[in-house]
Amino acid sequence: MSTDPAYRMAGPAGGESTLRIVWIYPDLLSTYGDRGNMLILERRARLRGMPVECIEVRSDQRLPISADIYLLGGGEDGPQALGAQRLIADGGLRRAAEQGSVVFAVCAGYQLLGGSFFAKGTKCAGLDLLDLHSDRGPSRAVGELAGAIDPRLGLPPLSGFENHGGRTHLGPGVSALARVSTGIGNDGNTEGAWRGKLLGTYSHGPALARNPALADLLLRWAIGVQQLPPLDDTWSDRLRAERSAALAAARQ
Amino acid sequence: MPLRAKVASSVSRTAAALSRAAGRGDGSVIGGWIGLKIDPDLLAHLASGRAIALVSGTNGKTTTTRLTAAAVGVLGRVATNSFGANMPTGHTSALAKAGSTPYAVLEVDEHYLAQVLEATEPRVVALLNLSRDQLDRAKEVAMMAQLWRAALVRHPSIRVIANADDPMVVWAATPPATRSPQVAPAPVIWFSAGQRWHDDSWVCPECGSPIERMADQWWCTGCWLRRPEPQWVVEDDGVVDPAGDWHKVVLQLPGRVNLGNAATALAVAAEFGVRPTDAVSRLGGVASVAGRYAQVAKDGRTVRLLLAKNPASWLEAFDMAEEAPTLLSINARDPDGLDTSWLFDVDFAPLRGRQVLITGDRAYDLAVRLDVNGVPFQHVRTFTEAITSVPPGRLEVIANYTAFQDIRAELDRVN
Repeated sequence: MSTDPAYRMAGPAGGESTLRIVWIYPDLLSTYGDRGNMLILERRARLRGMPVECIEVRSDQRLPISADIYLLGGGEDGPQALGAQRLIADGGLRRAAEQGSVVFAVCAGYQLLGGSFFAKGTKCAGLDLLDLHSDRGPSRAVGELAGAIDPRLGLPPLSGFENHGGRTHLGPGVSALARVSTGIGNDGNTEGAWRGKLLGTYSHGPALARNPALADLLLRWAIGVQQLPPLDDTWSDRLRAERSAALAAARQ
Repeated sequence: MPLRAKVASSVSRTAAALSRAAGRGDGSVIGGWIGLKIDPDLLAHLASGRAIALVSGTNGKTTTTRLTAAAVGVLGRVATNSFGANMPTGHTSALAKAGSTPYAVLEVDEHYLAQVLEATEPRVVALLNLSRDQLDRAKEVAMMAQLWRAALVRHPSIRVIANADDPMVVWAATPPATRSPQVAPAPVIWFSAGQRWHDDSWVCPECGSPIERMADQWWCTGCWLRRPEPQWVVEDDGVVDPAGDWHKVVLQLPGRVNLGNAATALAVAAEFGVRPTDAVSRLGGVASVAGRYAQVAKDGRTVRLLLAKNPASWLEAFDMAEEAPTLLSINARDPDGLDTSWLFDVDFAPLRGRQVLITGDRAYDLAVRLDVNGVPFQHVRTFTEAITSVPPGRLEVIANYTAFQDIRAELDRVN
């Protein structure tokens, strides 16, 4: 699926109407089915008749700066710190974000969009694209994660699974993605963060599998439209209902 | 054996027998647990005087242990934990139950390798592979490789037999260079079993540089780590030994991955002095392993059960399964791991063109995955419904751990 991104950049194959999705550093940041977010966005765009190009950029390659959506996945401490160093040195993601590209980051990828995070007991510099900082929590947060999403985004509740040792503190420059009803998220109260077209969450791995409306929000941001033709979401609706019922049963 | 250990061993056997009689599993965990309560050193006492091989890794360890025990059986009686109870309680129970045997081949959960090395002082340890598996509770891959490596450094005299195709295993099996090693470690014996899954070894565990691959070869672009030359290699439908002789291997177990497991078994048995020519026929005698690969006739369908617990083993299961209607069953109970994210690490495209049915507690997670993957499927509520939904003939069943146990129980009830 991946080819030399420099070639893809130069080639005319894409053209203006092709939606370009970049998965950043799958060699470092891919732990829990993170590929799923790329596959889901690709699928939902194609079902609406949009041509899509998916580009996997390894950590020893330059990041193209003119893609529409950038995806960051989860990873262990070592790869997370290495990924942050290489992304800062590359500079491409900052330029892309400044030009209005969409960035969707989960777990370790979410942390490294902030000012700083902790990996292997050391404070590491992040990309500083979102006004937030992460440190270590008293315990590892492992389990279902759910909560009502910021009403300004107009989405149904978040449903996901988290597995992280960090806690994230939001500054005034970002808004929380959701208010936690199950799980820990940032700190037990809020979960994730967003600003403009940048959005991060602790709902890890293929977060969009359980949140197709969030996938469509990213697509709408990327294309610049208010509405997309609806899709048959029978199976993800059933999955969301089943998860929600399981959480309700666990609370009793 | 000290008196305390004798008593503990006897009580352990009795408890296991009682547990079996009460219909509560095979009793290998409860028996070992009680024995270790009475004598914490029971495993060490039971191990002493036996020539022992340990088999560990993320995938294939139950099957490889079974094949290895069969191969070593050429020499005499072999104690083994054949029910997949692969933690110290299971080892204790297996050795107590077997009584005095000259040999033991034990499957070891990868998290417990250091502890079991310490207790059993094995002659050989076989390291199969390391990949992502139940990450909501298991240690991540690099961490596990680090733990293995540290444990092996403390036991330099143990013969290590390791998979040359897995960079994480090669790194774990290779001791760090030291200026004045007190004991020169025994050289590692490498085998090549092939490896379909690469997504946990793109980054060098030694230096963090990218790992490149070309055909069978792999190498780190930043340091010394690279694929060692293997002495035992799968070639066509056989195994080449270190002398260069090719041995035809006829297995009842499907898939190329089991040829790799056979090569490992031959390599381990050779350390005990078993010639491959004497061992190969015994490998062919193994028909199923703790219910895995078992074929059961039901209502005119031949049902074959394949266990797949994590992304790497799903890839192998697709290779084993024939072009036939296929039932996939997914649970996410404690033994499976509670997180189903890994479904997106598996490419289900090889199933396109087959009749695919899905079931299990977490069938909807699988449904969303297959939908994104462009694999048409049908959701069924029960195993019985699956049987009646496919034409007479073969039905392949691929399931993760507790889903597999559920289906086995259902088949046992009716057969």
